[in-house]
Amino acid sequence: MTELTVTPSREQNMARLIMRRFFKHKLAGIAIAVLAFLVFAAVFANLSPYSPTAQEPTNSFEKPNSVHLFGTDELGRDVFSRILYGGRVSLTVGLLSTFLSIAVGVLVGALSGYFGGWVDSVLMRITDAFLTFPTIFVLILLGAFLRELQVPWLKNSIVVVIVIIAALSWMWPARLVRGLFLVLREKEFVTASRALGGSHARLIIQHILPNCIGPILVSGTLQMASAIITESGLSYLGFGVQPPTPTWGSILATAQNQVFRAPWIGFFPGFMIFITVMAINYIGDGLRDAFDPYVIHTE
Amino acid sequence: MTTYAIRRVLQTIPILFIISALLFIMVRSAPGGPLTAARRNPNISKEQIEILEEKLGLNDPLPVQYGRWMGAMLNGDMGESIKFRRPVSEMINERIPNTLLLVGISFLVTLLIAIPIGIWSARKPYSIFDYAVTTVTFIGQSIPVYWLGLGLIVIFYVVLKNPITGEPFFPVGGMNTRGKEGELLDTLWHLVLPVSALSLGWVAWYSRFLRSSMLDVLHEDYIRTARAKGMKEQTVHYKHALRNAILPLVTLIALDLPSLFAGALFVETIFSWPGMGRLFWDAAKGRDYPVLLGVVMITATLIIVCNILADLAYGWLNPQVKYD
Repeated sequence: MTELTVTPSREQNMARLIMRRFFKHKLAGIAIAVLAFLVFAAVFANLSPYSPTAQEPTNSFEKPNSVHLFGTDELGRDVFSRILYGGRVSLTVGLLSTFLSIAVGVLVGALSGYFGGWVDSVLMRITDAFLTFPTIFVLILLGAFLRELQVPWLKNSIVVVIVIIAALSWMWPARLVRGLFLVLREKEFVTASRALGGSHARLIIQHILPNCIGPILVSGTLQMASAIITESGLSYLGFGVQPPTPTWGSILATAQNQVFRAPWIGFFPGFMIFITVMAINYIGDGLRDAFDPYVIHTE
Repeated sequence: MTTYAIRRVLQTIPILFIISALLFIMVRSAPGGPLTAARRNPNISKEQIEILEEKLGLNDPLPVQYGRWMGAMLNGDMGESIKFRRPVSEMINERIPNTLLLVGISFLVTLLIAIPIGIWSARKPYSIFDYAVTTVTFIGQSIPVYWLGLGLIVIFYVVLKNPITGEPFFPVGGMNTRGKEGELLDTLWHLVLPVSALSLGWVAWYSRFLRSSMLDVLHEDYIRTARAKGMKEQTVHYKHALRNAILPLVTLIALDLPSLFAGALFVETIFSWPGMGRLFWDAAKGRDYPVLLGVVMITATLIIVCNILADLAYGWLNPQVKYD
C-alpha cells in the first residue's frame, strides 16, 4: 500500500519540476502574462463604455484619441470595443477548435499506433487523404455551403468555423500521437501491465497516454496559433464568422476597403492577431523546453 | 525507382477519387446551390428555372451527376462557369501560370534567404546574431500574411511616395501597368510586394528549421572526422553538414505545400493578382460551383504531384533510401 501514497507526491514533484523549467524560459513567462491579459480583456469586453455595433455616422473615421482609443470606423463604430469583442471570437474559436482537433487526433493516433495492422492502415490512409486537401480552399467551400444547409445548429457561424477548422487540422496531432504510441507500446512498463492482465483501454489511457502529454501540449499550442490565424483569415475573406459579430479578421477586411481614408484602422486588429499568435508560439517554445528531458539550460 | 514512382502515382487515384466524391456530394447537397442567384432574380420565372435545372442535370440522382461530372473531368472537361458561361478548364488554364509564377518566385526567394540564415545561425549558436535571428523568426512566424500584405500596401503605396516623381514606390494591383501587358520587367516590379508578403513567414519557418537540423548534424561523428582531417570549417559546413541537414527540409516543404497555396490565395486576394486563388475567391462569393470544384481538384492534384516529386527528390539526395 505504500506505493499508493508515494505516487501522487511523485506526480506533484514532476509537475513542479515542469513548472520550474517552463518559467526558466523568460519569454514564455512573459507570453503567459500577455495571453492572460488578452483573455481578461476579452472576457470583460462589456465593461467598455461603447457598444461594438452602435453606429454614429457623424463620427466616422476619427483618428485614435482619448475618447475613442483606437478611433472609429466608416460607420462611426468604436474600433477599441470592436477589437475587445473580436477577441472573444478569436480566442473561443482558437481554444475550442484546438480541443476538438486534439481530441480527434489523439483518438485516431492512439488507436492507430496501439493496434497497428489493418486499423493503422485504414486510419492512416484516411489521414493521408485529409492531408492532401488544399485546406484553405476547402475551408472556404465549407464556410460558404454549410451555412446554406437548413440545420439549426449550423446557423451559429462560430460553431461552423470551430468545426470546420478542427475537421481539417486533426491530422497533425494524429500523426504525432501515432508515432509516440508506436514507440511507447514496446516499452517494458506496457508489457508488464499487459502481463498483469491490463485491458487495452487501461493500457492506452492509464499507461501510454500520460507519457504523451508533453508533445501533445506543444502541438496544441501550434494548433491554436494556426487556428486563430485561420479563423481571422476566413473572416477576413468573408467566409468565417459573419457580421454583425465583430472579429479581428472582419475588422481587418473593412479596414482594407478604407485603406486610403483611414490607413491606421487596419493596424489594430492585425496587431492583436499577431501578438496573440506570438504569445502562444512562445508558450509552446517554453513547454517544449519544460518537457524535453534532454534540453540543457545555459544559465 | 521507376516502379516506385509508378506505384506512387497509382496510389493517388483512390485519394483523388475520395476527395472529388466528398466535395461533389457536399457542394451539390447544399440547398440553393448554383441557381440561388437566379432564384432571387425576379425577372426569371419558375418555369425558366425548371428548364435550367433540367438542362444542367440538377434533377438527376447524385451518383449519376457525379459519374457524369467525373467522366467529363477525365476528358479535361470541367464544365462551364455558371456566372461567366465559359469552360472552367479555360478559366483555370489562364490563371495557373500566374499562381505558379507568384508561388515559384516566392519559393526561390525564400530558399535563397532562409538557407544562408539557417547555416549562419547554426555556425555560432547562442551568439547575438543567432538570438536576433531567433527573435525575427518568431515574429515572422506569427505575422498573418493578410496583415503583412495590408501593411506593405499602407507603407509602400499609401504613405511613402517617391520624393522625385511623387508616385507610390511599388504598384499594388494586378500583374502589369496598363499598356505594358506582357512585359517581364513590369511584371517583376508588380511582384515585389506580393512576393515579400508571401515569403516572410516561410523564411522564418525554414531558417529556424534548418538551424536546428544543422545543429543536430554537427554533433555527428563524421563531422568530427572531417574536422580532424583538417578540413576548413567552411567545407565542413557547406559540403558535409548541409547535405544531410537539408534532407528533413525537403520532407517539410512537401508537407507544407498546401499552406503555401493557402498563402498565395490571401496574397492574390489582397494584391488583385489574377491567379487561381483570386479566381476561387470570386467564384466562392458567387457560388459558382463548377469553378470551385475545378480549382479544388486542380490544387489537390498539384499538391499530390509535388508530394511525389519531394519523395523522389529525397531518395535522390539520400542514397540510403531504397525503393522496393
